Amino acid sequence: MSQLNPEIDHLLRRAGFGASLADAGTFRNMSTAAAVDHLVDYEGRPDDVDSRIGRPDHAQVTSRDVFAPDIDIDDARQRWVFRMIHTRRPLQEKMALFWHNHFATAYSKLVTDSGSVQAAKMLAQKPGALRGPQGQIELFRQYALGNYRDLLWQVAQDPAMLVWLDGKSNTKAKPQENFGREVMELFTVGVGHYTESDVYAAARVFTGWNLRRSEGYRRDDINAYQEFVYNADEHDTDAKTFSFPVTTTGSRTIAERSGSAGMQDGVDLITALAVHPETARRLARKFWNFFVSEIHPPDPGFVESTAAVYLQNRTEIRPVVRHILTSSWFNNPSMRHARYSWPSEFVARAIKEVGWQGFSLDKVRAPLANMGMLLFEPPNVGGWPLGAGWFSTGTMLARSNFAATLAASQKNFMAVALEPEGQTPQALLAAMLDRVTPAPFDSAPRQALLSYLLAGGAWTGSAAQLNTRAAGLARLLVASSEYQLV
Amino acid sequence: MPISRRLFIRDGVATVTLGLAAPSFLSAIAQAQGLQSRRLVVVYLGGGNDALNTLIPYQDAAYYSRRPSIAVPAGQVLQVGADSAGRVLGLHPRLGGLRNAFNEGHLALVQRTGYPNSSRSHFEATDIWGTANPQSSTGSGWLGRYLDTLPRPVDALTAWNTSEETPRALLSAQTGVPAIPNATTYTYASPNRGSAALEERAAAQAMAANPAAGRPHLAFVNGTNRAAIGTLDRVAQATAYTPSVIYPNNGFALALRTVAGAIVHGIGSKVFWVQTGGFDTHAQQGAAAGAYGNLMGTLGDGLWAFYVDVRNQGLAHDTTVIVFSEFGRRISENGSAGTDHGAAGVMMVLGGAVRGGLYGTAASLAPGHPTLENNSGDVRYETDFRSVYARLLDQWLGVNSVPILNGDFRAGAPAIF
Repeated sequence: MSQLNPEIDHLLRRAGFGASLADAGTFRNMSTAAAVDHLVDYEGRPDDVDSRIGRPDHAQVTSRDVFAPDIDIDDARQRWVFRMIHTRRPLQEKMALFWHNHFATAYSKLVTDSGSVQAAKMLAQKPGALRGPQGQIELFRQYALGNYRDLLWQVAQDPAMLVWLDGKSNTKAKPQENFGREVMELFTVGVGHYTESDVYAAARVFTGWNLRRSEGYRRDDINAYQEFVYNADEHDTDAKTFSFPVTTTGSRTIAERSGSAGMQDGVDLITALAVHPETARRLARKFWNFFVSEIHPPDPGFVESTAAVYLQNRTEIRPVVRHILTSSWFNNPSMRHARYSWPSEFVARAIKEVGWQGFSLDKVRAPLANMGMLLFEPPNVGGWPLGAGWFSTGTMLARSNFAATLAASQKNFMAVALEPEGQTPQALLAAMLDRVTPAPFDSAPRQALLSYLLAGGAWTGSAAQLNTRAAGLARLLVASSEYQLV
Repeated sequence: MPISRRLFIRDGVATVTLGLAAPSFLSAIAQAQGLQSRRLVVVYLGGGNDALNTLIPYQDAAYYSRRPSIAVPAGQVLQVGADSAGRVLGLHPRLGGLRNAFNEGHLALVQRTGYPNSSRSHFEATDIWGTANPQSSTGSGWLGRYLDTLPRPVDALTAWNTSEETPRALLSAQTGVPAIPNATTYTYASPNRGSAALEERAAAQAMAANPAAGRPHLAFVNGTNRAAIGTLDRVAQATAYTPSVIYPNNGFALALRTVAGAIVHGIGSKVFWVQTGGFDTHAQQGAAAGAYGNLMGTLGDGLWAFYVDVRNQGLAHDTTVIVFSEFGRRISENGSAGTDHGAAGVMMVLGGAVRGGLYGTAASLAPGHPTLENNSGDVRYETDFRSVYARLLDQWLGVNSVPILNGDFRAGAPAIF
């Protein structure tokens, strides 16, 4: 339907957020293989997207005061959606979204703990923007296609995670089980591959992995911060025994270690979990759902081959994703439109396809919340309910009403742009489907769309008619069930 | 309040209730629509509620020694008397409204609810409470199976979910449940006005009517779209509701306000789902005040407003609320002045027809006591949660609980009705 070949269209929806008219120009003459390399080897593309915030030919941002995405979570949300729309590295942004759901950390708990300024910094501060460590989402961008073991290592020391799963108060006298449990249940091997006593042992591994405050810390001070500290005195030095091999020699016991050497416990456990075959399979299944299909169960051949690529490449993610995007599973035409779009994917793609002229991303926040996906606010540590779980009457109306808001904002621009094609309803629909890419329509809904164009009276193609009907058509397409499948 | 007060309450229920129920505002609408049908409001406390700080064994020395910084002082609890084992108990001080309901004889507190080998995973445990099957956390939910027993065709608003996502408990083989997280935005917007907007809505309806043969996932989204468009107008009626009390201004209370609107306007829903989160109190949970106190305030104030509102409308006797969470929490506080995932919890059942009181027996928290498990780290369950479900199904909703729960759990069920 679109101006691109179907393989590249599919690739851009999955490994990115769809294609704007400008993107179509970039990819039009590219082979599918070249497009995969373009997306996967994104370091070749400039990371200049934030510097384009405020340009009049881009989507707009709105702030009550100065736009301050490093310290204000609503501004950080706008910046992230801006990046999804305008980045030259869409796969990096898509993977940041994947990791955000995988290591789901919610702003609301951070606010309760540290106040709004520190909470926003911990989640969204760009490196070097202010004093203190980069925000969690920047970690996910940095490791988007990086090494998973290294990412786990960083996450275990990430200030937002240390608040979110209470590692900051994990001490030898009172081990805190929250991170120790979730690092196995949700971040690596999954339920059924660890025991309750593993949870206690894992909690003890991370004793002393706490936070320290900057000098003269005040929570409202934008240059104050909290950073990871290893408190050797608070580390439980006794041996820790697991139900699975946890050292390089294959032992299930991490031997007693001095406090000063105690961080090595974390190296041992994180490495053991990262290279665990169940972690490899679990990530492979999550990648199947994220990249390939949610309406077909993970193919065992896919899971095993993807897990093997992960383990052979020592937990590097880039070769895994390249393997997926070039696989026969991914490129099977029956996998097109075989996922349910996440609300943030839906919103970014709709804006890319319908248009963003004068559209402020501040208008995205409340609709995203109503669709069930306020960024930086996953419902719990398990992340969002994916797949069919996104769809209920309330969330579907939120998608539908966002389509109305967006279409209303682009009404005049669409009317002008579509004037040449506006001579017949059929031509107008075809032109709109060059931009907007729902799954194919059966004949009945296609007929309903054409009837809508004619419902106001005979088609004349007048400016007034185009102004009304092009916007209504865009809204019907973006709100259609077909469009929700990606 | 002296402990003997509870005996008075049990005996004096009728008097107290009549006294408070005097001003009845049974609305003309409610009367006109003859709202005799019973309804169930299910309240889920997300994250694992710390039952020991909800219903507090305030004379158990181990409660204080094992919770040095988060125990609620005995002088502050809202006493509710002693259970059948003679253990005295009190509600959290922020549950003043619920204590009123208890004193009126319309709040049942079912202690130590759970099941053997309690899951400590939020997700698995929540799903188990949903499926009502400790052996399986997948498949349909107990309320979904109840809905499937209703005569077909069922109305699109037979059940009403106020959260965004359909909970496992409401998953059904045959009955779709609309999610109405925000009734005020449950509307159909258009970039156009007047007839063009109406034509657009009609086109959306026609598109969603496509059965999408051979495309089951598209058919699923079309079904959601159809249900959304088909329920718009009646949900708007419920939103236009003017309650008889002022509800607190938070998401939980406002969801309950919408539920009350749907009840009073006679929408006909039999099951409502409401949830509130934040109960995963691993750190700094506080005692009488603080984070946990705020959670209790949100819960208690919201439920009390709702209860008084439906009572004022003359509908309390047709409305039952149950409150549950996926597990209780550890007995001993952790190093972060919070509590980790535990086992048995407390269920609450509130309503004009409910036989209030304390059900089951409290654990004794001294290490080694047989009411504990997991090396005395957790409270062991006493009442199978499915027996509470069974009582609700058999005695309240009037269906046979055995096929719905895939077993007979009526024996030993607390006599809450």
